[in-house]
Amino acid sequence: MIERRPFLGMFSHFILILGVSLVAFPIYVAFVAATQTAEQSALAPMSLIPGDQLWINLQAVLGTGTSGNVASSPVGRMMWVSLVSALMIAIGKISISMLSAFALVYFRFPGRTLFFWMIFVTLMLPVEVRISPTYKVVSDLSMLNSYAGLTVPLIASATATFLFRQFFLTVPDELAEAARIDGAGPLRFFKDILWPLSRTNVIALFVIMFIYGWNQYLWPLLVSTEQNMYPIGVGIKRMIAGGDAAVEWNMVMATLLLAMLPPGLVVVIMQKWFVKGLVDSEK
Amino acid sequence: MLFCGAMNCWIVSKKRISKNLKTSQHRDTEGAQRTQRKTKASHFFVCLAFLLFFSVSQCLCGELSGFKYSLEVFLEKRARFRSAWLPYLLLLPQLLVTVLFFFWPAVQALYQSVLLQDAFGMSTQFVWFDNFKSLFADETYLAAFKTTAVFSSLVAVLGLSLSLLLAVFADRVVRGSSIYKTMLIWPYAVSPVVVGVLWMFLLNPTLGIVAHGLRHFGIEWNNLLNGRHALILIVLAAIWKQISYNFLFFLAGLQSIPKSLIEAAAIDGAGPWKRFFTIVFPLLTPTTFFLLVVNIVYAFFDTFAIVEATTQGGPGKDTEILVFKVFNDGFKGGDLGSAAAQSVILMSIVIVLTVLQFKYIEKKVQY
Repeated sequence: MIERRPFLGMFSHFILILGVSLVAFPIYVAFVAATQTAEQSALAPMSLIPGDQLWINLQAVLGTGTSGNVASSPVGRMMWVSLVSALMIAIGKISISMLSAFALVYFRFPGRTLFFWMIFVTLMLPVEVRISPTYKVVSDLSMLNSYAGLTVPLIASATATFLFRQFFLTVPDELAEAARIDGAGPLRFFKDILWPLSRTNVIALFVIMFIYGWNQYLWPLLVSTEQNMYPIGVGIKRMIAGGDAAVEWNMVMATLLLAMLPPGLVVVIMQKWFVKGLVDSEK
Repeated sequence: MLFCGAMNCWIVSKKRISKNLKTSQHRDTEGAQRTQRKTKASHFFVCLAFLLFFSVSQCLCGELSGFKYSLEVFLEKRARFRSAWLPYLLLLPQLLVTVLFFFWPAVQALYQSVLLQDAFGMSTQFVWFDNFKSLFADETYLAAFKTTAVFSSLVAVLGLSLSLLLAVFADRVVRGSSIYKTMLIWPYAVSPVVVGVLWMFLLNPTLGIVAHGLRHFGIEWNNLLNGRHALILIVLAAIWKQISYNFLFFLAGLQSIPKSLIEAAAIDGAGPWKRFFTIVFPLLTPTTFFLLVVNIVYAFFDTFAIVEATTQGGPGKDTEILVFKVFNDGFKGGDLGSAAAQSVILMSIVIVLTVLQFKYIEKKVQY
């Protein structure tokens, strides 16, 4: 604060409250709709006062899927699929990129520069632009409708490799020298020195990658053709596919709340790591 | 490299023109001339595309070598381990995934983009750049380009201004700033498809609460029939999702501006507005440019789920953005050649944007 300007201070709060309410309003409406009965949520202007059906609705979608006209698998199953694939993507990305960054930084070997560039170039090929040939590869390997098919093509990440590479480069050389003098091999050094040092980066990256994995849509849309392998994003889309009359908005909104919950919790609880991961992974 | 590409292209086009000339000798001279003119025009475009590609790759090479210079040469580890096989073993998983799911499909896309496949996939034919040519002659593709341009500039400009506004005020307040921050950042965690469905519910013509409110102001909202309304719907959803990301980066940028600069200006008698426009905003330019590129990439690619979940490119083709068209033509329409050509064009756009992004990352902190 440079100077005291009570009016400007109040104005700032006013703008921020306005912004926060704009951001929160859609979520509030979703919450309210999720607490109502099907009839209430289908009223033309729905009421903005929460009803008392939240637990009933949540139980209904978690257990059996929507009760009405559109059959879909239970949301519990979808959340499980999303959770498993998000964890696989996050853990897979972190482990393979950590190993390759370790190799690139701590070893000198023929072809190192080539491999470096091979990984770097993948930054420029988001899944959206190479989608149909990638789909073909996955279906040729008969990985459709499997966790491997859902996750492995998304696992290779230049971003994470570069993040770890940058970090390893800042680790003092003396540590590696000391480890070598004490007779530790590369794997021992990795396990006992590098891994504990990079724990903060791992957590930060994990938060970002978990959200990335949980929010995947286009790829699962192609790879999951069976209902019991739908992640939650695809499942929600199926729920509203029936057209206006068939949609039970209270159930859909209850599912939306469930879909938002895990990544939302991760962001709010691990806010510090999340911000660090976000800023770091763009460098 | 650039020169070679242009030369090659020139020779190829010459050959093809003369061949075309020979075949059309049987027809009347006027027709032949027309054919020639037409071929010339199309070859001009192919040449142009080639030139563009090579200049992009050239500039990419320059850019990357600069990048390499700053990372590779100066930051080299002194202490290393020696092993003939271990580094390869460590690299193996990443390389395997990269080759299998990045390089192989990318090569396939490039190859497919010069093939023409019949409707049943029985036979394929090598057609040079016909897929690209027919794309640029295709009204709907050009319309999709235009839609994407309008969409991404709206998302980038409106989203950035809104988040900058919030970040500036959040940087100012002392009390409750962490609550505001928490409340503003978590839309990042909401997946695009959820965002899409959420806004579709709010703006549903028959029961959406916002649509109902708009009716009070005399706006007959109907995103199912009105293309402009549908576009507004996806823009709103896309901005809502991206606010938190922009906000965080702007806030970080604002907080890294030295307080002494602002204090000096305040002592010299500059008020908050003047300080913002003469000191703060100019110092934020690198962040703003960086975010601009990120937002354009976001609007180009990450909004697929929003479009797919809400408008499906409709009504008509009013909200059909490029990524959605690739998906639609390739998977629903079965036109693999055209979809591959579209992918190649998108890839070049990504390359340009990535290069731009790296350019601004280097300059991100300039004080």
